[in-house]
Amino acid sequence: MYLVVICLLLLAKEGWLDIDKDLVAASATPLVLTILEEGESYGYAILKRVRELSNGEMEWTDGMLYPLLHRLHRLGLVTHDWRLSPEGRRRRYYAITDEGRAALEEHKRQWVAVARTLRDAWGGALPTLASGSP
Amino acid sequence: MDQLELEIAEWRAHLERSPGLNGRDVEELEMHLRDQIDDLVAAGLAADEAFIIAVKRLGSIDEVSQEFAREHSGRLWKQLVLSGEGDPQATSHRWLEPLLFAVAAAVVTQGARLAAGFPDDQESWFLRNAALFVLPFLAGYFARRRGLATSQWLVAVAPFAVSALLVNLYPFVEDGSTTFLVAAHLPAVLWFAVAYPYMSGTLRSHERRMDFVRFTGEWFIYFALLALGGGVLMGITVAILTPAGVDAEAIMEWVLPMGAAGAVIVAAWLVESKQRVIENMAPVLTMVFTPLFAVMLVIAAIVYAATGLGGAFDRELLGVFDLLMVVVLGLVLYGMSARDPGQQPGWMDRIQFVAVVAALALDLMVLGAMIVRIGDLGFTPNRTAALGLNIVLLVNLVVTAWLSGRFLARRGTFHPIERWQTGYLAVFALWAATVVVVLPPLFSFA
Repeated sequence: MYLVVICLLLLAKEGWLDIDKDLVAASATPLVLTILEEGESYGYAILKRVRELSNGEMEWTDGMLYPLLHRLHRLGLVTHDWRLSPEGRRRRYYAITDEGRAALEEHKRQWVAVARTLRDAWGGALPTLASGSP
Repeated sequence: MDQLELEIAEWRAHLERSPGLNGRDVEELEMHLRDQIDDLVAAGLAADEAFIIAVKRLGSIDEVSQEFAREHSGRLWKQLVLSGEGDPQATSHRWLEPLLFAVAAAVVTQGARLAAGFPDDQESWFLRNAALFVLPFLAGYFARRRGLATSQWLVAVAPFAVSALLVNLYPFVEDGSTTFLVAAHLPAVLWFAVAYPYMSGTLRSHERRMDFVRFTGEWFIYFALLALGGGVLMGITVAILTPAGVDAEAIMEWVLPMGAAGAVIVAAWLVESKQRVIENMAPVLTMVFTPLFAVMLVIAAIVYAATGLGGAFDRELLGVFDLLMVVVLGLVLYGMSARDPGQQPGWMDRIQFVAVVAALALDLMVLGAMIVRIGDLGFTPNRTAALGLNIVLLVNLVVTAWLSGRFLARRGTFHPIERWQTGYLAVFALWAATVVVVLPPLFSFA
C-alpha cells in the first residue's frame, strides 16, 4: 500500500519543471493577489488555482501559503473572515482590498519590466522550452 | 473512516504543540487537509493513502510552524524566550549566570556608594554615574546570552565607554542642573544601548525592535513587583529590628542600593525565562488602566479648556505633562504589544484613541502657554530638556493619533502604527543622547 503511495509521489514528481525556490517565493505574493482579484477564496482553493494556472509547474509546500496569507492580511492587502462553506466546512475566506489591488498593480509593473528585459535579452522572443510541461 | 479520524486527530495534536500556531491556524490547516483528502479519495485513493499524501503536501510541521512564527513575531518572541526549556543542563546554567551578573552589579553599586559616602554626602559624580554601575551588566548578560560575535561585543561596549568618559571628563559645576539632567537621561541612553545586545545586533529589524519594546514593558512590570516585595521586606525588617536596638537605617543604606541594582538584572532574567506568566498580565493591566486614564484625561482636558490656564501653572507643570505623555505612550505601547496586529479595531482601540487625543489637547494647551513663558524667561537647561522631551513625545503621539484614526475609520491597517513606533525609538534614543552629550556644554555645565 505504501509502495503505491511512494510510486505515486515519484510519478507526480517526474515531468515537473522545478522552478527555483527563490522565484517561487518572489512570485507568490502577486500570484495570490491575482487569484484573489478573481474573487474571494480560501486556502485550499487558492492552491488548486495556483496548480491550474501553472500547469503544475509551480509546486508550493501547501502549509507555507497560510503564513503568506496572514502576512498579506497584516499589511492590509487582504481581509479574511470565517464562514461556513456550502459543504458545511468552516473556512477562512480571504478577499482582496483596495490596497491589495494597488500592491498588485505595482507587482505587475515590476514583473512586466523583468519579463520584458529578459525577452529583449533573449532576442525578442521567449525561447521554447526543451523539456516542457506534460 | 474511524482510522482516518484518529490519524487526523493525532496530526492535529502535533500541530497544536508547535508554538507558532494558534487554534484558528490549526483549524485552517485541518480544513485544508480534509479538503485535500476528500479530493484524493474522490480521485480513487484509499483514505489512508490520501492522508499520507495530504500531510506530505502540507509540508513538515516544523518548517510550517517556523514560517508562522516568523510572520507572527509576537509568538516568535515567546518562542525565543522559552527555547532551550526541557534541557536540564541549560536550565541550571541559566539561573546561575544572571545571578552572577546581578551580584556583580550590586557589588559595584555598593562599592561606588561607599566611595561616594552616599547618601550622607551627595557627591554628584555618584548620581551621574549611577546607570553605569548597573546597565553594563545587563548589556553583558544579553551579550553572553545571545552569543554575540567579537566585533558585536565591541559595538555593544562602545556606548558605555563613550558615556563613561563624557560623564566624568565634562567639567560639571557641582550641584548644577546639567548634572541632574545627565543623571536622569543617562539611564535612558544606556537602556537603548542595551537594545543592541538584546537584539543580537539586528537594530534595523522592526520586528526585533518591537520585541525590545515588549521586553521593556514586561521588565518594568517585574521590576515594580520586585520593588514592591523589597519594600515590604525592608519595612518589616526595620519594624522588627528597631526595638532590638539595631540601627535599621544603616541596614537600609546597605541593602537598598544593592537590591535595586540586582533587581534590574533579575527582572530582565525573569522576563526572559518566565515569559508566560506576564504575558497574561500586560493585557490585563492595559485593559484596566487605559479606560481610567481616558476618563481622567478627558475630564482634565474639559476643565482646562473651560477654566483656561491662567496663572495656575508654574515651571514644574511641563515636567508633569512630560510624565503624562510618557504614561500615555506607555499605555499605547503596552496595548500594541498585547494585541494581535491582524485583529479588526475594537473598543479598546477606540478608548485608547480617546486617551491619546485628550492627552494631545491638554499638552498643546500647556505647551502653547509654556513657549510664551520661555520666551519671556529665557532658556535654562531644565526648561530646554523638558520642552524638548515634550515636543519629541508630542510628535510621536500626533502621528499615532492620526494613524489610529485611520485604522479606526478602517482606512488603514494596524501595521503602520507599529512601524511608526518602532521607527521612532531611534528619535527617543537620539534625544536622550543629546541631553547627555550636547546640553551640558551648551549651558557651560551649569
